[in-house]
Amino acid sequence: MTNPTAFIAPRTGKLIMRWLLFAILVAFALFYLIPLFVMITTSLKSLDEIRAGNLVALPVSVTFDAWRTAWASACSGIQCEGLRPYFWNSVLLTVPAVAISTLLGAVNGYVIAQWKFRGANLIFSLMLFGCFIPFQVVLLPMARTLGILGLAGTIPGLVFVHVIYGIGFTTLFFRNYYVTIPVELVKAAKVDGAGFFRIYWSIFLPLSLPILMVTVIWQFTQIWNDFLFGVSFSQAGTQPVTVALNNIVNSTTGVKEYNVNMAAAIIAAFPTLFVYAVAGKYFIRGLTAGSVKG
Amino acid sequence: MSKWLEHNIPRILLAPSFAAVVVFVYGFIAWTAWVSLTRSRLLPKYEIEGFIQYERLFAAPRWDTAMENLFIFGILFIVVSMILGLLLAILLDQQIRIEGALRTIYLYPMALSMIVTGTSWKWIMNPGLGIEAMVRGWGFENFSFDWIIDPDKAIYAVVVAAIWQASGFVMALFLAGLRSVDTEIIKAARVDGIPTWRIYLSIVIPSMAPIFLSAFIILAHLAIKSFDLVIALTGGGPGYSTDLPATYMYAMAFSRGDIGQAASSAMVMMAVVFAIIVPYLYSELRVKND
Repeated sequence: MTNPTAFIAPRTGKLIMRWLLFAILVAFALFYLIPLFVMITTSLKSLDEIRAGNLVALPVSVTFDAWRTAWASACSGIQCEGLRPYFWNSVLLTVPAVAISTLLGAVNGYVIAQWKFRGANLIFSLMLFGCFIPFQVVLLPMARTLGILGLAGTIPGLVFVHVIYGIGFTTLFFRNYYVTIPVELVKAAKVDGAGFFRIYWSIFLPLSLPILMVTVIWQFTQIWNDFLFGVSFSQAGTQPVTVALNNIVNSTTGVKEYNVNMAAAIIAAFPTLFVYAVAGKYFIRGLTAGSVKG
Repeated sequence: MSKWLEHNIPRILLAPSFAAVVVFVYGFIAWTAWVSLTRSRLLPKYEIEGFIQYERLFAAPRWDTAMENLFIFGILFIVVSMILGLLLAILLDQQIRIEGALRTIYLYPMALSMIVTGTSWKWIMNPGLGIEAMVRGWGFENFSFDWIIDPDKAIYAVVVAAIWQASGFVMALFLAGLRSVDTEIIKAARVDGIPTWRIYLSIVIPSMAPIFLSAFIILAHLAIKSFDLVIALTGGGPGYSTDLPATYMYAMAFSRGDIGQAASSAMVMMAVVFAIIVPYLYSELRVKND
């Protein structure tokens, strides 16, 4: 009754298709992975091996010299202290900036979503709009303002800038999350005599962990990776790690030490890569927030 | 008193952020707009002189290059990222067992700083020791890949790195969209024997129109703001062949000491962003308020 070849043929056809599909997907995975792979292997080679060898070859003799140099003694311009001080600058500016902007976003989002007053929607629209301006349009007046405030070229100055221009996004995140919590819940709590803070503390805060994660990770990634504000509003000694990395790589003095550049790039990228590896789910949710569901 | 406080707490708490936005976003935009109409050079002047800065801007060959580059870069970056993102999303949507791992790999560049991306690709694309040297080492002596040092092609090197960074993100957007398409319709189409490619072409993709719009807006926004990538990858060079409006503005503001040019170029950038984003935001907010 059944013809065995007619039965097998579509199955092998399907199998070939599956393997083809798989091969294409893996090829793309390689496309995304190769730069990271090249960065890591280059950072573990000596300069001689880099000059003699091949871009994608594994290191013949592994050496961590480039990492030591990148961390502690690579030169950017006249300073030769490696990335270390700048890495700590980034930590010192990112931690408070993330904390303050997230806190403000939570409060704003709570008010806009659940304690509407006349004009609250307009305020929200104005804030939302602020998320989309190209920051070039505020660079000049901000430079002058920081000067007037005595914050020019300081880390608190950078914290201030990141908080100001982060509020829009953090408010958006929390607002969109808190509007999904039924108003009836708040009404019932009000009838029971609970006030603004009580309701937040006992109803909203316990529900906030996911959006807190999304917001903190989003802000952390944005601020750690920032270059524009960092390069515009810092001075020698207060530069964040991205600016220092760029200075080391484009330093014109001496021999180009590609292995040191790659080690420095990995060091600068490590914190955000680490966060992505352990909490990628929240990172993706932050990226797609507001764009898929509106 | 406490009753009044109780009633006004929401307003009081929102006030500082609102004030900050009014001053540091809208006030600053107004300041930049004002200065763009003056003869400011090293220091800002406040006597309005009309559109001289814009006339200078549009007459500057360097600005011409920057706008032309934005056009080339923007179009290629957006189109290729969307095609690649959609393709990857559809391929990943075929019940792949290692989907989670692949998704993680496709998307990780988005967690990197553009400076890191630029540094990495600068090394890979450098003709002396990068891809060119590697392929020549394999015996193809005439192989040439020197985009990064060729004034006519350097902008395409920037495009490659930008696509590498953002296409995985577009994939994630589209994949989320694919997953939200009504599975009943697809099942019904399958039962009717409609081939998979037709299902995608006539049912799935059209129903994702809003996501195409979102992806376009986000990518266009990224393209206009691109600054770090160019700085790290080419430094705007060779010459100023890879200048974008963002790098032009920065050069005028912080190394040329030409505040008038910096302000007017920033205003043009904002006009471009708003031309794309205002209609989108307007429709979004209107839908939400209904």
